[in-house]
Amino acid sequence: MSAANEAIVGHAPHAPVHGRAQGGAHGAHGSRRSYVIGFLLAVALTIVPFGLVMSHSPVGTPLIIAVFALAQIGVHVVYFLHVDSSEEQRWNLTALLFTAIVVCIILGGSIWIMHNLYINMMPGTMPGSMG
Amino acid sequence: MLGKLTLSAIPYQNPIVMGAVAFMVVVTIAVLGTVTLLGKWKYLWTQWLTSVDHKKIGAMYIILAGVMLLRGFADAMMMRAQQALAYGGHAGYLPPEHFDQVFSAHGTIMIFFMAMPFMIGLMNCVLPLQIGARDVAFPFLNSLSLWLTVAGAILVNLSLAIGDFSRAGWLAYPPLSELRFSPGVGVDYYIWALQISGMGTTLSGVNFIATILRMRAPGMKLMRMPVFTWTALCTNILIVAAFPVLTVSLALLTLDRYLGMHFFTNTLGGDPMMYVNLIWIWGHPEVYILILPAFGIFSEIIATFSGKRLFGYTSMVLATMAIALLSFLVWLHHFFTMGSGADVNAFFGITTMVIAVPTGVKIFNWLFTMYRGRVRLESPVLWTVGFMITFVIGGMSGVLMAVPPADFVLHNSLFLVAHFHNVIIGGVVFGAMAGLTYWFPKVFGFRLNETLGKAAFWCWLVGFYVAFMPLYVLGLMGATRRMDHYDNPAWRPLFVIAAIGAVIIFCGIALQVAQVVVSIAQRERARDLTGDPWQGRTLEWATSSPPPAYNFARIPVVRDRDAFWDMKQRSVEMKAAVYRPIHMPRNTGTGFVMAVFLGLAAFAMIWHIWWLAIGGVAAAMVALVHHAFDDDRDYYVEAEEVRRTEVLRGRAQLRSV
Amino acid sequence: MSTRLTAHGGALAFEPGYADDAADALRNLRGAPAAIDFEPEHHPDSAAIAQLGFWIYLMSDCLLFAGLFATYSVLHARTAGGPTPHGLFDLPYVLAETVFLLVSSFTCGLATLAIGRRSRGATLGWLAVTFVLGLTFVGMELHEFAHMLAAGAGPNRSAFLSSFFTLVATHGLHVTCGLIWMAIMMVLVVKKGFTPSTETRLACLSLFWHFLDIIWVGVFSLVYLFGVS
Repeated sequence: MSAANEAIVGHAPHAPVHGRAQGGAHGAHGSRRSYVIGFLLAVALTIVPFGLVMSHSPVGTPLIIAVFALAQIGVHVVYFLHVDSSEEQRWNLTALLFTAIVVCIILGGSIWIMHNLYINMMPGTMPGSMG
Repeated sequence: MLGKLTLSAIPYQNPIVMGAVAFMVVVTIAVLGTVTLLGKWKYLWTQWLTSVDHKKIGAMYIILAGVMLLRGFADAMMMRAQQALAYGGHAGYLPPEHFDQVFSAHGTIMIFFMAMPFMIGLMNCVLPLQIGARDVAFPFLNSLSLWLTVAGAILVNLSLAIGDFSRAGWLAYPPLSELRFSPGVGVDYYIWALQISGMGTTLSGVNFIATILRMRAPGMKLMRMPVFTWTALCTNILIVAAFPVLTVSLALLTLDRYLGMHFFTNTLGGDPMMYVNLIWIWGHPEVYILILPAFGIFSEIIATFSGKRLFGYTSMVLATMAIALLSFLVWLHHFFTMGSGADVNAFFGITTMVIAVPTGVKIFNWLFTMYRGRVRLESPVLWTVGFMITFVIGGMSGVLMAVPPADFVLHNSLFLVAHFHNVIIGGVVFGAMAGLTYWFPKVFGFRLNETLGKAAFWCWLVGFYVAFMPLYVLGLMGATRRMDHYDNPAWRPLFVIAAIGAVIIFCGIALQVAQVVVSIAQRERARDLTGDPWQGRTLEWATSSPPPAYNFARIPVVRDRDAFWDMKQRSVEMKAAVYRPIHMPRNTGTGFVMAVFLGLAAFAMIWHIWWLAIGGVAAAMVALVHHAFDDDRDYYVEAEEVRRTEVLRGRAQLRSV
Repeated sequence: MSTRLTAHGGALAFEPGYADDAADALRNLRGAPAAIDFEPEHHPDSAAIAQLGFWIYLMSDCLLFAGLFATYSVLHARTAGGPTPHGLFDLPYVLAETVFLLVSSFTCGLATLAIGRRSRGATLGWLAVTFVLGLTFVGMELHEFAHMLAAGAGPNRSAFLSSFFTLVATHGLHVTCGLIWMAIMMVLVVKKGFTPSTETRLACLSLFWHFLDIIWVGVFSLVYLFGVS
């Protein structure tokens, strides 16, 4: 609908209707490269933690797993979702950062609170239940 | 075939309930009958039920809120009556299992089906006009959101006639809300009504954020937006962030009840406190979702009626954002007493006290706006001043309870009940009433009767204090919330006073109903012919009252805050000489139809009618896909028709170029 | 829509508009109070707005999963004497599932590039590959669930299992919805080609698909790798 609209008014240069797709058309090589790089990085960031855990390596601690997970999420966000600090992506980036903050609050807050509740209010039950 | 549903689900033996059901049935028949007699079904369908116009959708939200206010207030009157009567040897007139449903329904209705729709309705009516847009970003989703909310409200009311409602309070804590202790359908009605309407609310949140971020008039940078738009933005960010957690909490409870899982059960590893934790992660942002739009409404009103620019715009914006973010950091203060220990309690106690600071900043900004202004004491200002005094008192009682040791004494007492009614009535309800009076002429084209409005305000104000100040005292005397009977003689007089306060509020509500009726009857006398009845400062007042469907014939360029005031200062008139065709979305019944099917599916889930549940969801999906495949979803208003409409409203430039 | 052109008889219809704006500009230069202060043109970019709206919805979905992750984190050790992660999780199997989903994310990206090139064949081809990979993922997950149910490790056994099944199945349900959506989109591309609305919807679908892979990174890390390590 809006493409037809733009065409009639005749301001085609001002009509960036196709957003992402147009970006793909313009930067086809750049975008193809970004998907390939992202994919290879993601594969590496998957195989390593799996390998560490499956081989019962002492390096395979929860902290390391978390680092790899966050790194791979970053790879997906940058290379597959193309979120960056450019003008078109500004609100997407802001929304993502805000969401990340709230996710941390929900996860961290819940774990902290429920752990404390458990320790204080369930004495005598199996310890270490909160991992 | 019909799951658990049988005729015995209708509570024949309960005269009070059957009386209420009879009343509902009579009113419904009267309304449907009147529409039929007047031959208005086609009009209703084409102009209202299928409308995707934000102004009409907003009006329907507010009508829903008004109707549910009556239902929720009836519950309140019943509770006050019971507590005034049920002392010592008297059991009152409400058996405990009925009283429990009344207080659960009261809270659920007032929060989800009165306050939320009221605020969302006001945002719907005003927001696109304030930012110089023609509609919201996703008009079809807007319609869907409205009808999902209505479906939820209908489910709650249906529980009165078929089955019963939850007895577990407005938040349905486990283990009481688990299947073992609530084996009936009550909690299921609660769950599905909230899930359905919650979907609608979340979609609204997405809609408004996209609208505010991407559809502002040219020149309206973020820091030139009206304060109401800022508070709406923060509100909708909170909605999008918080409601998913409500969805999860209710879904996990549903899995426990329907599939025998163990999230919140007492056995096999479940933890009821996890529900309490999750529901308050939603619950606290929820109350800020309710109050932030009210803050925005008061900002607009105080600036307009003082004839002055709002004091401290930047600090208002920052305070709003601070409140929004901090609202995610205080939720444990709702369960200080559950044993998380000093560290946790101290952290959340401090954050709770900190969140009072930005609100204080706002209060001072409003006061400084009034200072040296020429304040016109019309009813929107009365509501605003009433709010400032009442909300501050309520806020102070909240800061008192933010101190964990104090909260150990006051938690779940009537002191708590007084506090939250203090801030909700003083803040949200007064804000809604103020906003209603302020924007009514814009939406409907005529003013509300001012005398009746002022009388209603005074009844609400006096009635609130008479009803709730005794509750503060009772709480300090040790009275717990949700009691259907008590033995302490010292409490009785206070409960009686509180009941009198409820009657005074009832008078206020009756006066408001009268106000609407009288205003409609006298509408020709009170017509708003200029579109700007209050000497407004923001863009919504630049349109005619009511605005045409497309809002603005030409989108104005904004050059400063208080965009309309600025245009008035520069002698710019909203009159075009040349018109362009305007792209508008078509009305569609898909939202209404989907809500009907999903409502049916929810009813089916409640009564375990599995084939209907699956069928209802499938039918709703078919309707959605059908709408998605429909190419004929918009049209153009021809330039000539725009010109004619503008001429009729006295807004066309008459001289030729 | 072409109705505008026919109603006004062609491009000539827009001359007065431009002349008017010029007249406005002249009037402004002369310093007289402007009678008109309107934008010369106003075309909200509906495709970009739709994608922003969808992105915001995805953020809300993120927070839905955050609630489920939090629940799993709190309840994962409440095994109530029943099956534990060590006994249940087959890491090589999960690695295979993960690879399928990750490759499908990559092929979805290739489909996006094909859309940009307006190549219908390549688009449908890559979407079909993505679909098959996604379907394999869901199939493997269902197989894992069936195996666990048969071994008495169903969601009713303990809080740990309730939260495991709910978190993983919610993700699986999202993937399934994505597959249904993908199938509908493939039909749309065949029937209507690359219209603006189809392109916008495909862009939203690919956002959804990548987002689901991000959630899966969280799932396999927090549930499977943490659980076994």
